[in-house]
Amino acid sequence: MRKLIAIAFLLILGFFMLKIVSVFPFGEERWGVSRHYVDKGIEENRASNLVTSIVVNYRGFDTLGEVTVLFLAATALAFLLATCKCRKKYERIEASLILKTASDILYPLLILFGAYIFIHGHLTPGGGFQGGTVIASAVMLMLLSRFTFHPNHRALSTIEGLAGIIFVLIGFAGFIWGGSFLANNILPLGHWNRLFSAGVIPLIYIAIGFKVGAELSGLITDMYKVTKEEE
Amino acid sequence: MAFFTASILLILIGLYAVLVKRNIMKIVIGLSLMDTGVNLLIVSLGFIRGRTAPIINVKDLLFNTSSKVVDPLPQALVLTAIVIGVAVTAVALSIVMLMYSKKGTLEIDEYKELKW
Amino acid sequence: MILEYFMIFLLVLMLILAVYVVETKDLLAAVIASGFISLVASIVYLYLQAPDVAMTEAAIGAGLTTLIFIIAIRKTERYEK
Repeated sequence: MRKLIAIAFLLILGFFMLKIVSVFPFGEERWGVSRHYVDKGIEENRASNLVTSIVVNYRGFDTLGEVTVLFLAATALAFLLATCKCRKKYERIEASLILKTASDILYPLLILFGAYIFIHGHLTPGGGFQGGTVIASAVMLMLLSRFTFHPNHRALSTIEGLAGIIFVLIGFAGFIWGGSFLANNILPLGHWNRLFSAGVIPLIYIAIGFKVGAELSGLITDMYKVTKEEE
Repeated sequence: MAFFTASILLILIGLYAVLVKRNIMKIVIGLSLMDTGVNLLIVSLGFIRGRTAPIINVKDLLFNTSSKVVDPLPQALVLTAIVIGVAVTAVALSIVMLMYSKKGTLEIDEYKELKW
Repeated sequence: MILEYFMIFLLVLMLILAVYVVETKDLLAAVIASGFISLVASIVYLYLQAPDVAMTEAAIGAGLTTLIFIIAIRKTERYEK
């Protein structure tokens, strides 16, 4: 009975959604505000990656909100799992020799790759969020292959807090010297498609990369370490 | 048009899992499936046939850019949405773990404290 | 032309896997299938000319989400009743 009502409701919802979406034909040209972002993006920002210039400069305030939401989620998770008396009996299975050796070699290379992604965020596809996630997967690899790997919780929270404060301080510096919050004319814009260009965009993405990397590593360590009780 | 239909069907299948299933983990998996569907719908609204990615790395794309690249604004919005989706899933899973450690079961019919 | 047909095949594959995720009683299989759906969505994003979104979805959807689900299943039960 409950299933039939749910399926009927879903069919009605799907019918209306399809009617609304079929007003826009697939693959046709529809420009709105983004015409200005695409036409004037290189002139005003000199960042080759147009998505970066939207995320950091034109819609930079939304990125600040997203960074806050991530921080709130990591804090809420740490708080919830601190009071959990989750004990379960496990047997620990030692990882094989291939996994241990390979993860030892891959761990510094993965962190280097993640740093490369967020430093070159304004030139190639990538940026702070992608680089931070790659660094978090490096930490995840080491957690899964060794029992003696304990990331330092205090260092991770310090890096996360400092990187967030640096982001807000760059915004305020734009306020004082540039005219508006997160303005992009306090550093020289440079020539497009070079590493040192695009004003404050690389600095903001480096701060976001550190912050997201430290945050997601702390999140995974929280969830993982709660399960590994010594029984 | 196939992209729109497929992503709307993905959203509906995820919503079916949230509405009908009794196990809490299945409900959270359905929530994560809905996230994937919504992000696919938004990005496929910005696609224009015959054009290339919004990254300007050759000199040819500097002139008359708005007739050569795909719309970059839905991609910027979806970038934020994916990261927030994983944060919401992580908090939901920690609540599920806490609920299991209090009662020992994962059926939502057993949690009757808020019913009147 | 053949690229369009391949994309339609991938979309149908995503829908079949989604039905499997909802109906199966083994939660570990459901979670791994959900990770595979994210990977196929990342390939579709490449056809839609969105490399940033493809990278983010591959790293987060197919990596991080699957891992935190597996950690949560390890602490609770694997089979649904």
